[in-house]
Amino acid sequence: MTPAATLPEEPVPYRADPVWRAHARAFFRSPAAGLGLVILVAVALVAALAPWITPQDPYDLASLDVMDGTQPPGSRSFAGLTYWLGTDAQGRDMLSAIVYGLRVSLVVSLSATLIAASVGSCIGVLAANAGGRLDAVLMRLVDLQLSFPAILIALVLLAAFGRGIDKVVIALVTVQWAYYARAIRAQALVERRREYMEAARALALPRTSLIFRHLLPNCLAPVIVVATMQVAHAIALEATLSFLGVGVPVTEPSLGLLIKNGYDYLLSGKYWISTFPGLALVAVIVAINLVGDRLRDVLNPRLSA
Amino acid sequence: MSAPDRTPPANAPVLAVENLQVAFRAGGREHLAVQGLDLSVSRGEVVGLVGESGSGKSVTGLALMGLIDAPGRVAGGRIVFEGRDLMGLSEAELRRLRGARMAMIFQDPMTTLNPVLRVETQIVEAITAHERVSAKAARARAREALVRVGIPAPDERLGAYPHQLSGGMRQRIAIAIALLHRPALLIADEPTTALDVTIQAQILAEAQDLCAEMGTALIWITHDLAVVSGLADRLLVMYAGRVVEAGPVAEVVEAPLHPYSAGLIGSAPSRNKRGARLAQIPGLAPPLGRRPPGCAFAPRCFNVRPDCSEPPPLVRRSGREALCRYPLSETVVA
Repeated sequence: MTPAATLPEEPVPYRADPVWRAHARAFFRSPAAGLGLVILVAVALVAALAPWITPQDPYDLASLDVMDGTQPPGSRSFAGLTYWLGTDAQGRDMLSAIVYGLRVSLVVSLSATLIAASVGSCIGVLAANAGGRLDAVLMRLVDLQLSFPAILIALVLLAAFGRGIDKVVIALVTVQWAYYARAIRAQALVERRREYMEAARALALPRTSLIFRHLLPNCLAPVIVVATMQVAHAIALEATLSFLGVGVPVTEPSLGLLIKNGYDYLLSGKYWISTFPGLALVAVIVAINLVGDRLRDVLNPRLSA
Repeated sequence: MSAPDRTPPANAPVLAVENLQVAFRAGGREHLAVQGLDLSVSRGEVVGLVGESGSGKSVTGLALMGLIDAPGRVAGGRIVFEGRDLMGLSEAELRRLRGARMAMIFQDPMTTLNPVLRVETQIVEAITAHERVSAKAARARAREALVRVGIPAPDERLGAYPHQLSGGMRQRIAIAIALLHRPALLIADEPTTALDVTIQAQILAEAQDLCAEMGTALIWITHDLAVVSGLADRLLVMYAGRVVEAGPVAEVVEAPLHPYSAGLIGSAPSRNKRGARLAQIPGLAPPLGRRPPGCAFAPRCFNVRPDCSEPPPLVRRSGREALCRYPLSETVVA
C-alpha cells in the first residue's frame, strides 16, 4: 500500500492571485504613476508606428523642400501639408522629426539599458557568489567606474570611436553596468544565504544552474527598479552627447540632435525647432521617472504592509 | 539507480563518524561548534539527534553533507560513508554523493524551495543533476515522486509555484526531491518545526514509511523530544557541541543517565502534571567560546558536585553512553 492511501485527502489550497496582479494593483494606486505609464505606452506606440503615422518621412530627402525651411508652427507647405510644429532649416516637418527622433532615442537607451543590465547583473552575481578576491577586485572596479562622471567617460569613448548609434550604445553600457553590478551583488549576498540555496547545494546541482537559475532570478527586483531609472538617464545622456555633437550621426537625428539643430535659431526667434523636441524629451524622462519611482515603492518589501 | 552499487556488507554501518570537530572562526580565534562527535548509523536505522539551539546539531548535519562554509570548517575527525572516507574525496566526488546517496531536508518549507521556479522544474533539475534521462522520462519521474509522498492532484502541483502551495505540501515536495535517488542516508534538520501539529504527524509518519521502504537511514535533528521518541530507534542528546548521552530511545527517555537529558525530558509538556508549572532547566546554553572547562553543563546542573569542573568521563552501561561523572540512576529521576 502506498502511503498516499493512508492520508486524508488534502483540500485543494486556495490559489493566490499571481504576484504581478497584486503589484499591478498597488502600482495604479498612484495616479501620477498611472499617467506616466500612459505617456510611456503612447510614446512607445508612436515611435514604433512612426513610418505609418507621420505626415512626412524626414529621412527621405526627396520629400523635403528647402523652400519650406524654418516655417513657424501651423503654416502650410506648397504641397498642402500643415506643419503643426513648424519646420527646421531643411524644411523638415518637426512633428515627423520628433517622432523619428523619439524612435532613435528609445532604441538607443533601451538597448543600452538591456545590455548594461545583463552584463552588470552577471558580474554582480558572480562577484557575490565567488566572494574573496574576485569579489573585491570587481567591486573596486565598480567604485572606480562610479567615481568618474558618466558624461566624461562617454565623451572620451565617443571621441575615440567616432559617431554612430552602436558606438553610443557601447558608451552608455560602459557607464551604466556598474550600477547593476552593485545593486544585484547586494541582493545576491542576501539571497545566497537563503535556505533554498542551501537546499540546492545539498542536491549538488551544477554550479551554473545554482548561480543563473536559482540565485540570479531571485535578485532581479532591484534590477528592475534600477533599470527603469537608468533608461531615463540613458535617454538624457544620449541627448547630451548628441547635443554636443558626438552622439548619433546627423542622418539619424535623435531628440538631442534635433535640439542642437534648433539651438542656432533659438535667438533669432525661431523657437520651435529646439523647443518641441525639448518638451518631448522632458515628457519622456518625467514619465519614466514617475513609473520608476512607483515601481521602486511597489517592489520594495520594506514599504509594503 | 544512479550510483553504482558499492554497498559494503550488510552489517557495516552506512555512516560512521569518529571524533568529528567543526570549527568556526570569529574574532581571529577558532571556536569548536562540534567538539568530538562519534556517531554510527546502520542501514535503515532512524537516529534522533536532540539538543537546544546552539548545541551544534544543525552544524553536525551540514558537516556530514560537506556543506560547511567559510568561516567554518571541519577541523578534525573522520566521516566514513558507505565505506568511503569523505575527507579524502574531491569536491567532484562529494557532489556525486550529495543529493544522490545522501540527501538533506531543511527546517523551513517556506524557504527551501526556490520561489521563482515551478515545482516541476525543481524536481526535474534534481533528477538530471545526477542521472542522464530524457526530459520526458524526468517529468514522469517527477510526477511519480509527488505521488509517492502522497500529494493529491500531482499534475496540477507540478505546474505550481511554491507560493501557491501550503507548508505541508512544500515540505512533502522537499522530501520527494530528497528521496528521488533513493539515498542511503537522509538528514532531516527539524523538518516539521515550522508546520502545525497535525501536518507534523503526517509528515513524520510519511518520512518514516518512505525511508523504511527504501532502506534509507534517517538522522532526525530536532529540539523536540516528543517528536523523536515516537520515531527514532536510537537517540543522541547533544549539549554544547558534544554528545552527552546516547542509547536506545525507550531507555534514554525512561531512565536518562545524563542530568541534561533528564532536564529535557522533564520540560516536555506531556510529562508534567496538569496545572503544574513546567519543569525547566535554569540558565542558557553557553555560547561558543565561553564554554566552561570540565563539564559544559555543570553551571546548569541540579546534580552538580565540586569535581564537575574536571572533564567528565564517558560512562558506558549496557549499550548506552553518557558523558557525566555522576550519571543518574533510576531512583534519582522521580
